[in-house]
Amino acid sequence: MADLLLRGARVIDPFQGLDEVLDVAVSRGRVSEVGKGLSGEGREVLEAEGLVLSPGFLDMHVHLRDPGREDEETLESGLEAAVRGGFTAVCCMPNTDPPLDNAPLVEDLVLRARGLGLADLFPVGCVTRGREGKELAEMGLMFASAARVRAFSDDGDPVVDSGLMRRALQYVRRFGGVIISHPEDVSLSRGGQVNEGRVSFALGLRSIPALAEEVMVARDLLLAEETGARLHLAHLSTAGSVRLLREAKARGVRVTAEATPHHLVLSELDIRDYDPVYKVNPPLRTPEDVKELRRALADGTLDAVATDHAPHSPEEKEREFDYAPFGVVGMESAFPVLYTQLVEKGELGLPVLIERLTLGPARALGLEPPDYGEGVRPGARADLVLLDTVTEWVIDASAFASRGKNCPFHGWKVRGRVVLTIKGGKVVYRAPDYRWSREQGEKVRERT
Amino acid sequence: MAGEAAERRHLLDVDDLTREDVERVLETARSFSEVMRRPIKKVPSLRGKTVVNLFYEPSTRTRLSFEVAAKRLSADVLNFTASTSSVEKGESLKDTALTLRAMGVDAVVIRHPVAGTPWLLRRWLDVSVLNAGDGMHAHPTQALLDLFTMRERLGDLEGRTIAYVGDILHSRVARSGFKACLAMGMRVVAVAPPTLLPPVLPEGVEVSYDLDEVIPRCDVLYMLRVQKERLLEGRFPSPQEYSRFYQLNLERLRAARPGVVVMHPGPMNRGMEIASEVADAPHAAITAQVAAGVAVRMAVLFLLLGMGERGD
Ligand SMILES: [Zn+2]
Ligand SMILES: [Zn+2]
Repeated sequence: MADLLLRGARVIDPFQGLDEVLDVAVSRGRVSEVGKGLSGEGREVLEAEGLVLSPGFLDMHVHLRDPGREDEETLESGLEAAVRGGFTAVCCMPNTDPPLDNAPLVEDLVLRARGLGLADLFPVGCVTRGREGKELAEMGLMFASAARVRAFSDDGDPVVDSGLMRRALQYVRRFGGVIISHPEDVSLSRGGQVNEGRVSFALGLRSIPALAEEVMVARDLLLAEETGARLHLAHLSTAGSVRLLREAKARGVRVTAEATPHHLVLSELDIRDYDPVYKVNPPLRTPEDVKELRRALADGTLDAVATDHAPHSPEEKEREFDYAPFGVVGMESAFPVLYTQLVEKGELGLPVLIERLTLGPARALGLEPPDYGEGVRPGARADLVLLDTVTEWVIDASAFASRGKNCPFHGWKVRGRVVLTIKGGKVVYRAPDYRWSREQGEKVRERT
Repeated sequence: MAGEAAERRHLLDVDDLTREDVERVLETARSFSEVMRRPIKKVPSLRGKTVVNLFYEPSTRTRLSFEVAAKRLSADVLNFTASTSSVEKGESLKDTALTLRAMGVDAVVIRHPVAGTPWLLRRWLDVSVLNAGDGMHAHPTQALLDLFTMRERLGDLEGRTIAYVGDILHSRVARSGFKACLAMGMRVVAVAPPTLLPPVLPEGVEVSYDLDEVIPRCDVLYMLRVQKERLLEGRFPSPQEYSRFYQLNLERLRAARPGVVVMHPGPMNRGMEIASEVADAPHAAITAQVAAGVAVRMAVLFLLLGMGERGD
C-alpha cells in the first residue's frame, strides 16, 4: 500500500485538543508524520486544503440485523455504510436472531468483521439471557472473550424488572462494564405510535408520552446512583430526560447519554402524510424537546451522538403507520445532517460535534487505545475521516450502502460530506465522484 | 366549483373543504334528499363511473350507506371487504392500490383501522379517495351528515352549542366533528372522564368532566359509543359507574333545553352511553342521521366525480 500524504487539511482531534491546519502522512497502517510542509515525495498526495480531517468516528448504537435478518442488513453492508458515514468503529446492538447473549456469538461476529477490514466492531452484549428480561446473560464471559464486550443492553426493550436491572448494574462493576439502558416504561408506551400531545390528537394515532421515557430514566439513574455502576442512557428524546440527566450528573452519578441525529434535527411536526419513515422509538418529540437536546449536546450533558441505525425492508416500512416497524437508518446521513443543521446554524462548534462523534462515545463505553482513540499523532493507527464542509450535495438514500433505505433525510440538501475514510491506513471509502486536485482545493478555500 | 373540484379530488378530512364547499355539499345533499322521497330514487349523474368500497374494518352501516348513495347516482359499485388479520398476512395495501389503479376505477371509498391509511392510498393511487373512517383519526362524511342533520333541526348553526360526550380520545367522529362544528361557528364542549380525553384538545374546544353541568347550555348532545375495550384498558372502573355519570337518560334530559337534539353515530350501546327511552324519544335525531348519511354521501360523490370533469 502506497504511503499517503493528506496535505493542508484542518485537523480536528478531540483526543489531543488539536485544531490546526496540518499535513498528515500515513505509512504502513499508521500515522507517520504530522506537521507543516511535509514532503510529498514517494507518497500519494491528496490535496486536502479546505477540508477537515478527524479521527474516524465511533457510532455506539447501530442495529446490523446480523445474524437473523440479513435481508435488511448484513455485517458487510452495515460496516460499508459505516465507513461511508465516516465511522471507523461501531457498536452493534444485540437484538438479533439469535440475540447476542453469549461469548461464541459475539466472537464470531468480531472475527467476521475483522475479515472484512472495514470498520472495527464492538458488539454490545445482552443484559439478560435471550433478551427475555428474566435472568442475567453471561456478561462476564462475553467480557472475557476475544470480543471483549464492555457494554450490555437489551436495547429494543428495557429491562422491565427493576430488581434484575439493579443486579445487572451491580454485577458489571466486577469488570468495569457499562449497562446501556433503553429507557422506556412499556406500560406507558404500549401501542403508541407518535409523541403524545397536540400532534397525536390531530393525527389520531395512539401516543407515547414523554413520561414513558422519563419514568425509566429516573429509575435507572436511581439504580446507577445506588449501585455506583456505570450507566449509559440510549436515545434520549425529551427535555424532561435531559433535566433528570443534568441533575444526576451534578450529583456525581456515573452516567453518560446519547441522542440521535433524528431526535436532534426532526420534531413531531415533521411527520408528513403518515409516512412511516418518521416512525421511530422513542418518537419524534416537540420542537421544545429538540431545542433542549441541542442545548444538552452543546454543553456536554449529552456525551455522544449515536445513530440508532435501524434498517428495515421497504415491504415492512412502506405500509400502514401502525403496522410499520420503528426505526430509521442513520450512519450515512449523520454527519452531513448534523453539520448542516447544528454547526452551520451556529448552535454547535465543529470541534464539539466531532468530539461527540469520537471521544464522547469512547468515554461512555470505556474504549481506550489501542482499541479506539489514538487520535491523529505519529504512531497512531491511521483511522481517519476527511470531510468537505463546503460543497453542497443532496442525500440520496437509494444510493446508500446500507440495505435499509428508510431515511427521513432523503432528498435533503446538505454540506459536510465524507469524502475519504481511512481504516488502519487503508482507504476504505473514497467518494466516487469527488475531484481531487489542487484546483479543487483552491476552489474550496475561496468559498470558505 | 368545477375547477376546484377537479383539483381537490379527494375527501380525506373535513379540513379539505372550505366553508363554501361545506355549504355546497349541504345544499346538494338537500336536493338529493328530495330525490329520495320520489318513487324512483335514482339519478343518472354517475353513469359509467366505478366506485370501490375498500373496507378493512367491518362496518355494515357505513358501507351500505356509501353503496346506496353510489347506486342512486347510477354508478357501478364494487365491494372489497377484508378482515384485518388476513390483510396483515396477505396482500399489502400498496399492491391492492396498484391493482385498483390497473382496473381503472374512478373512486375508492376506504375504511381502515389504522389512522392515515387514506393518505398512503392517495400516494399510490391516482383516483379520488374518500375517507370512510381511518382508525381514531377522521370520518369526514359523518361530520358532514351530522351538520346536515343539525341544520334540518336547528337551522342556522352559528353560536349554537354542541357537547360531545364519551370516548373523545378514541373517536374519529369527534375529531372530524370538532373541526366541522368549529368551522360553522358553533361552540364545542368535550365531556368525558379525564381518562377518555386526549391530553390536548384543539383550540376552541371546552373541556368538562361534568355532564350535568353542561346539559342545560347545549343545543346538541352528541353521545359517543363507549367500547368494552376501554373498560379492559382500565379507563373507567365499570359500566355501572360510567353510566351513572355519563349516560344520557330521561332524568338528565329533563334539564336540557326544550328543542335539544340528541345524536349518536351508531351503533348504540343502549343502557351504556344512552338510555333506550332517550334513543327513542322525539329529541333523538339518530334515524335522521342515517337518512342524511345517504344524501350527504350522494352529494360528496356527485361533487367529486360527477362535476368538475376537466374539459382539456
Ligand atoms: Zn433502544
Ligand atoms: Zn436501538
